[in-house]
Amino acid sequence: MTTLENPPLQKERGKPAMSERVKGERKLGIYLTLPSYVVMLLVTAYPLGYALVLSLYNFRLTDPEGRSFVGLRNYLVILTDPMWWNDFVTTLAITIVTVAVELVLGFWFAFVMLRIVRGRGPLRTAILIPYGIVTVVSAFIWRYAFAIDSGFVNQWLHLTDFDWFGGRWSAIVVICLSEIWKTTPFISLLLLAGLVQVPEDMQEAAKVDGATAWQRLRKVTLPNMKAAIMVALLFRTLDAWRIFDNPYVMTAGANNTETISFLAYRQNVTLVNLGMGSAVSVLLFLTVVAIAWIFIKVFKTDLSQVRGDQ
Amino acid sequence: MTKSTKWWTIAGIVIVIYSFVPLLWMISLAFKPPSDIVSGKPSFLPSSFTLDNFAQIFSQPLFTRALINSVGIAIIATVISVVIAMFAAYAIARLEFPGKKVLLSLALGIAMFPQAALVGPLFDMWRGLGIYDTWLGLIIPYLTFALPLSIWTMSAFFRQIPWEMEHAAQVDGATQWQAFRKVIVPLAAPGVFTTAILTFFFCWNDFLFAISLTSTDSARTVPAALAFFQGASYFESPVPYIMAASVIVTIPVVILVLIFQRRIVAGLTSGAVKG
Repeated sequence: MTTLENPPLQKERGKPAMSERVKGERKLGIYLTLPSYVVMLLVTAYPLGYALVLSLYNFRLTDPEGRSFVGLRNYLVILTDPMWWNDFVTTLAITIVTVAVELVLGFWFAFVMLRIVRGRGPLRTAILIPYGIVTVVSAFIWRYAFAIDSGFVNQWLHLTDFDWFGGRWSAIVVICLSEIWKTTPFISLLLLAGLVQVPEDMQEAAKVDGATAWQRLRKVTLPNMKAAIMVALLFRTLDAWRIFDNPYVMTAGANNTETISFLAYRQNVTLVNLGMGSAVSVLLFLTVVAIAWIFIKVFKTDLSQVRGDQ
Repeated sequence: MTKSTKWWTIAGIVIVIYSFVPLLWMISLAFKPPSDIVSGKPSFLPSSFTLDNFAQIFSQPLFTRALINSVGIAIIATVISVVIAMFAAYAIARLEFPGKKVLLSLALGIAMFPQAALVGPLFDMWRGLGIYDTWLGLIIPYLTFALPLSIWTMSAFFRQIPWEMEHAAQVDGATQWQAFRKVIVPLAAPGVFTTAILTFFFCWNDFLFAISLTSTDSARTVPAALAFFQGASYFESPVPYIMAASVIVTIPVVILVLIFQRRIVAGLTSGAVKG
């Protein structure tokens, strides 16, 4: 196989001028990917630049005449406002709790999917159902389960009329539950993909050498799927950081349960305060860049596999 | 050996319960008479089953229009996204060209992009362009954010296609078109189809754009409409109606999962983390 393919390749590389075939291939590649570039940049790059400009203005849609340049004042106002930090803490808490729980739960799901002998198909079908369910629907299901009038949870836990949505942290617990239920299947499938790559003979060798199940997990399984774990963590962390649907449906941001995405939505769409809202948008974007940077530079997450580089 | 097999089976049953209990709760609420909700003695199962909630929501344009919008927008966005991604995935899997890495990195960046950061500028731009509260106004952002998923999933599938079979067929006397239609299309179809399912789920699920870029029945999708069900009726609880509508939007998901479980798992795992 390789000997058949190699000679022409070397010939191409050795030539200083590109052959017609290579040129044509490059051209076709560019043409075929052009629509993807356009579609992906159209709705992200331009609006983001627009937000960057708007964030330097005092601008309300309800008062277009009052538009004035204020420099970085919007950012200063936001970063000194307790509301931003409140939302920041809420988002951080939801992210840490959901990602931590989902990682452990997802691992367990992945192991069960890998090891189960009977009913593998039905199990995977069951796991995919929360994945496919509309997030808003999941939010309503969990909200009504914990609500005082419609819910069964208080009855089962003998809490009579405890109002889960009346307090910040109890509301966040329910938000996290809905988020965890819906997204653990996704993380478990990513982990399963990593798990199947761990060579079975290494497991066997460790077993023969007398390693316990826990030692095998820590010394053989985990190191061999580090890339898959980090990628799953990165995706889920960013996903959780952008949480919007669950808090919207459950609390509408009441009792300090507003998240950063929610703040951006409220400032921009509800209050049509586009100057301030754009500054929130830019800050939200920067926090996402920071998280991605930490994962890639500090934790050395290898994204070449995700991107599909060969 | 058999003992451990048994334990894995039990663990599997626990996971199945985990998946289905919230689903059963949704179904139970959807069939409850509204009077069950305010009874003060909530129970998991309804006191009596009623189909009135479904009749009620299907008589409201708020829901029926939203359902049409959801189906139409999700299908159009899925088809366009899959076609655009098909070109890109073919190029990525088969061709050497400049900008391949840039495209894949861009797709990764878009997948991580905080969509809420865009609702402000898009809200303003769409109003200026006159596509606020239209199908097109939702289809465009859906395309943008579904595309990375479509490109990854499909290029992962396309890489596994034995493309040299096309040549083999031509050597055996098939024309180029025949070779493509009879050999490549059947091999590529499962990947394209799986990508379409995942893309459809993505569009079907969106709430943020739907609530930000629509204001009336003309483009509002079901997830956004659900938020408006509250207070739609003044004297009765809207809970059973919202859950009945939720059951309806969950049906396509369940059907697709039941039929294509194997493919969806393959698509999710091959597209995201490649071996």
